Amino acid sequence: MDIHEYQAKKILSNFGVTIPRGGIVYSPENAENKAREIGGSRWVVKAQIHSGARGKAGGIIVCNTPLEVAQATDKLLGKKLVTNQTGPEGKIVNRIYIEEATDIEKELYLGLVFDRSSESIMVVASTEGGMSVEEISKEKPETIIRSKIEVAVGMQNFQARELAFGLGIEPDLIRRASDTIIGCYKAFSELDATMVEVNPLVISKQKQILALDCKMSFDNNAMFRRSQVSELRDKTQEDSKEIFASDRGLNYVSLDGNIGNIINGAGLAMASMDMIKLAGGAPANFLDVGGGATPEKIVKAFKLVTMDEKVKVILVNIFAGINRCDWVAEGIVDALKKIEIKVPLVIRLAGTNVEKGNKILKESKINYIEANTLEDAANKAVAALNK
Amino acid sequence: MTVLLDKNSKIIIQGFTGKMGSFHADEMIKYGSNVVGGVTPGKGGSKHLDLPVYNTVKDAVNETGADASILFVPPAFAADSAMEAADAGIKICVAIVDGIPSHDMIRIKRYMRRYTKSSKMTLVGPNCAGIISPGKSMLGIMPGHIYKEGRIGIISRSGTLGYEAAQQLKNLNIGVSTSVGIGGDPINGSSFRDIIKKFETDDETDAILMIGEIGGPQEVAAGEFAKENMKKPVIAYIAGLTAPKGRVMGHAGAIVSAYGESAIEKVEILKECGITISKNPSVMGDTVKSVLEKM
Repeated sequence: MDIHEYQAKKILSNFGVTIPRGGIVYSPENAENKAREIGGSRWVVKAQIHSGARGKAGGIIVCNTPLEVAQATDKLLGKKLVTNQTGPEGKIVNRIYIEEATDIEKELYLGLVFDRSSESIMVVASTEGGMSVEEISKEKPETIIRSKIEVAVGMQNFQARELAFGLGIEPDLIRRASDTIIGCYKAFSELDATMVEVNPLVISKQKQILALDCKMSFDNNAMFRRSQVSELRDKTQEDSKEIFASDRGLNYVSLDGNIGNIINGAGLAMASMDMIKLAGGAPANFLDVGGGATPEKIVKAFKLVTMDEKVKVILVNIFAGINRCDWVAEGIVDALKKIEIKVPLVIRLAGTNVEKGNKILKESKINYIEANTLEDAANKAVAALNK
Repeated sequence: MTVLLDKNSKIIIQGFTGKMGSFHADEMIKYGSNVVGGVTPGKGGSKHLDLPVYNTVKDAVNETGADASILFVPPAFAADSAMEAADAGIKICVAIVDGIPSHDMIRIKRYMRRYTKSSKMTLVGPNCAGIISPGKSMLGIMPGHIYKEGRIGIISRSGTLGYEAAQQLKNLNIGVSTSVGIGGDPINGSSFRDIIKKFETDDETDAILMIGEIGGPQEVAAGEFAKENMKKPVIAYIAGLTAPKGRVMGHAGAIVSAYGESAIEKVEILKECGITISKNPSVMGDTVKSVLEKM
């Protein structure tokens, strides 16, 4: 789960990280007042969307008067911002964060992620803040320093100090910098985060160490014990079909193609998408109804896939394990009584009681194309598209 | 593979009396697995499916001599149950459950470091289909009948894609020695490398089919191990050619976040390691067959 910049900043400040003064607004009128309340003589108006690279997309505006702050807020609110991370449809701006401008002396990069090889938390830092970590590793890999943190004992002061010295931070500020790094580590480990990125982490002309922009992501599997974090979810930043799916226990990812998929199991779903591509088609979605593929889930899956107007063919591929094909087939027949399908439907069943399952489908009056193997299913789906 | 599981493995079910535990215990018993009892804290002393229920894994091990366990407990309690199994002297534990926090998985693995190599439990999963040695024993939730007895080892992150492979092999009259589902989470109990190592020393296995997917460093680590250390042929398929970068594809671990984690990159690296690639998921069986014919 992702959260907004202002939410991540609030969290980090609770862990002892210094952030510039700022506040969240939902209207231009409030923006003007908020700027006065924050004080100072320059402000930064920042569109809150779940994406980086907002600056390049025009989502961050520097202002010199409270009136300008209101105008900038007016310009951004309700707008869809398209960045290199949002896809062409962009993300809607419903919240604006107003912050006092910082006199930047130096921009640094600080990121924390799970390292799957060593199964520990990896802290990554660089003197080249402001660029994405991908850009840094491509253009200035020599500036990257890493520290692997043993989760059982947590981050030690010396590890934070080594990073701070490694970043060339002047001796007077080492203590502050170490506290900042440890604060980020604590937020990561105590809140079940999967990523904390402060970019840039800046040293101001007034010799403060400030988190100027930050991103945090959390482990969805841990939300049962992080109610305060889960409340920060902003559904307006998510694809509406993906919300529909996740609320119903389905794993769904919206894609660009036109062959809709209903599949059980994430691996088989990815494999089916690969087969569609090899057959010359393009998947409209990834959809895993779960290993069990219960009739209820099948009904929900049909609803979800038919919501997508791009879909010109639907491919159902179910490998029945503990459940049985006859049961799955009944679920499909039942779903098609409730939902009208206007596009060709290809169904491939495999596994337990496959003959019975196919018999049920044949004897029902549903209009479909039967397929026997993964390859057959993909080929027939692509052929149906071209008819 | 007798290294992990055989006919004599004594199995207990953790979370025995719940709906999932009951259903799959019954399926395992029908398959012929030697299920000797189960654990549900607070229900010790009672009987379930005609088998004894214990309060703790230690009690179960002391009374039955159990050496294998399978977890059907909710994600919030799974880490605790896995550590309890490790401490009670269980040798092989399968965690079926989907949804264990990554921080908990790290905690389990750090906890298990206290045991010496010879007394350390092998944890398989979470978010997996489990283990089956066809004709011998099943410690999992797969449909046992699609696995023919034979000499191919299967390792898969995905459950249903592992079934697909077993079915393709069966249709070609090729059998399986053991199939291990290692699970779709970012951090799992046993990696491809851990299991491939066991297959190399297993005298019931001639060749290994590894079914990977996008995300994480595991397939590459196994490939590098195979290149340096293995005599048996390894065949691999990697799912997720069409998966977009940075998106989680169903499995929590199926996300491309670094170089070498996309399907194309993994395929290239594995080829360099001398591994035979199944070019698409519908020819996994055929690819294994062609490798066997060359042996």
